[in-house]
Amino acid sequence: MNCLWCYNEIIPEITWTNLFQLDKPKPVCNSCADKLEQLQGDRCIKCSRQTDAEICSDCQWWKANQETDPLEFNYSVFAYNELMQEIIAKWKYRGDYALCGIFKTYLEDAFQERFSKLKREIVVVPIPLSKERAKERGFNQAKALAEFLPTKCTDILLRKHGEKQSKKTRMERIDTENPFILENPINKPVILVDDIYTTGTTLRHAADLLKNQGCPAIYGLTLIRG
Amino acid sequence: MPSNVNAPFNLKELSIQYDGKLLLRKEILLDEPVFQQLLSSNYLTERKSIIRKNLKFQCQRCGNQTAYLFAKIPCQLCHHTHVYCRKCIEMGRVSECEMLYYWTGPTPKWLRHAHPCSWQGQLTSVQRQAAERIVAAIRNKESELLVWAVCGAGKTEMLFLGITEALQHGKRICLATPRADVVRELLPRLQKAFSTVSIQALHGGSGDKHGTAQLMLATTHQLLRYQNAFDVIIIDEIDAFPYHADPSLPFASNRAKKAESTTIYLTATPRKQQKELIRRKKLSHIFVPIRFHGQPLPVPKKILSHGLKRDLHNHLPPAAFLKWVNVRKNPNRQLLIFVPSILLAEKIKPVLAIKLKKAGVLKSKEKLQSVHASDPDRESKVQAFRERDTFILITTTILERGVTFPSVDVAIFDAGHDVFDEAALVQIAGRAGRSPNDPTGEVLFFHNGKTEAMVQAIDSIKSMNKRGGFSK
Ligand SMILES: [Zn+2]
Ligand SMILES: [Zn+2]
Ligand SMILES: [Zn+2]
Ligand SMILES: [Zn+2]
Repeated sequence: MNCLWCYNEIIPEITWTNLFQLDKPKPVCNSCADKLEQLQGDRCIKCSRQTDAEICSDCQWWKANQETDPLEFNYSVFAYNELMQEIIAKWKYRGDYALCGIFKTYLEDAFQERFSKLKREIVVVPIPLSKERAKERGFNQAKALAEFLPTKCTDILLRKHGEKQSKKTRMERIDTENPFILENPINKPVILVDDIYTTGTTLRHAADLLKNQGCPAIYGLTLIRG
Repeated sequence: MPSNVNAPFNLKELSIQYDGKLLLRKEILLDEPVFQQLLSSNYLTERKSIIRKNLKFQCQRCGNQTAYLFAKIPCQLCHHTHVYCRKCIEMGRVSECEMLYYWTGPTPKWLRHAHPCSWQGQLTSVQRQAAERIVAAIRNKESELLVWAVCGAGKTEMLFLGITEALQHGKRICLATPRADVVRELLPRLQKAFSTVSIQALHGGSGDKHGTAQLMLATTHQLLRYQNAFDVIIIDEIDAFPYHADPSLPFASNRAKKAESTTIYLTATPRKQQKELIRRKKLSHIFVPIRFHGQPLPVPKKILSHGLKRDLHNHLPPAAFLKWVNVRKNPNRQLLIFVPSILLAEKIKPVLAIKLKKAGVLKSKEKLQSVHASDPDRESKVQAFRERDTFILITTTILERGVTFPSVDVAIFDAGHDVFDEAALVQIAGRAGRSPNDPTGEVLFFHNGKTEAMVQAIDSIKSMNKRGGFSK
């Protein structure tokens, strides 16, 4: 096996605990794994941001500006550090699809830790790309992540084509009209999956639609808290 | 060629744009109807981008056949799951369901320039000999020639006659070099030397240039987008990373040249493999043993420094270095210090600054800087050293080649470390004594036990000096 990121060969360590049953092959070498920064310690209960406060200032702002927040909470796994930025650039923008394999076990663990106790009928919905963007990229990164989770995954959202989010300022992003269309309303709780949580606008637009059409509870699971 | 008045495109322009390229559909900036028309009239021809060869895949853009450098993608374009190449992904993804396209329409006629060279300088007699050998190789369409020129021989100038010869005969030329830094540095020099010729530079950060000039300057990686394009390819630093270690690059340069063409290899430190080819007379070569200023290469001194590993582990300079730095023959020379790792380059800097300021070697701590490959200020720091704003520069092997400072002494901390192989040591030693005003310089290998590489590097420098006619 070679590390998915640096290509160095991964030599499985044999210890007393795995002597008779070898561990599953790891997607990245220890040195690369060490450079990934998992979020930990005190975090905002709403958005996963690392902070001393129970609810961070961003989320206070959401609370003050929306009658009801359609999103129960968002849970993110990683900080957007240097290595993560490089991985995302190569994965999403260069199109090296296989790199999502790096995140599989981390997402499975996050699901176990934060979502497995929620209702069993919970359904995973990836944040979609517009048709144009999907054609350009060849794959939807959110869907690749969603499919790692041990529960039903369904594509019920569509995205209208529009300008790139990243070109807008925070206020512009928050004020924009809802870019999504809900194809099939759903009456089971939903986990929305996306790669990066930045302002939370994208997840909340999707959550709004779902909630208004009868979805009982919407959660977010994102790879990175930007 | 009969001009097609009704065509929605200009064939001549298209031929200049696409002849000699090997591109993915997304790299061809044409509307679908025009693109389809070119395909159906056989002006463009497609080929598979990934082929299966005895149970193995091969990427047709980069030649990759390594199993772990292919992966599967559930593709939203064709709605199948198939392989793509991870090896050349930085240049845009090559997927099994996509084709590569190349031009099979009328070939462009490149200009015959009567007097393309505007360079006013003079070649030394040794340089002229090499330059004329290059001209002959191009004129006689010899397939390969290796130019082995010592560090500081002035190899760029030696190419001017050959480039002139090629331009006079309407040939297309590419000068490929491993690093974008060097492409950026060479472009203005070539533009000055060939002021009437269209020249373009291509590297990872050069934006969407078309790569359509008669004289191209490119990083070796950019050759991955060419096929059957050049009459003359000059490959700089063939012994260096990445050309030396990445089989994609010889694969690409081999494809980028025309069937009848000349490839010129440049090196100051040929590898065993090339020396062996020379010895067996399988590769013609010309050796340039003398620097352009006519002085011999500085011969490095090995300095045993007890406790070197321990000192460096504690981010302290080797004790022997601190002794030497106070008794340098020419204390006005700037000092270039090579270290084996980025971490050490960063950690040793503050300690060294304090010690050298105390010793009176440095006027202020700011006069000492460190630089490495992932340093965002890399370019400006190198520039500051070049302008003598910085007196001492600590660096990793990124400055081992391609850069010239007029008057420096060179020290290597832990010269026995694996990163310093024979070629690296010879190149590093070659940083000293580059200027005719200060053609010497001290080169010191601080070590805690001499290595094969150190001994061979010194032998090799001595033997080059001997071949250059210097007795000692
Ligand atoms: Zn790795
Ligand atoms: Zn929050
Ligand atoms: Zn490839
Ligand atoms: Zn496909």
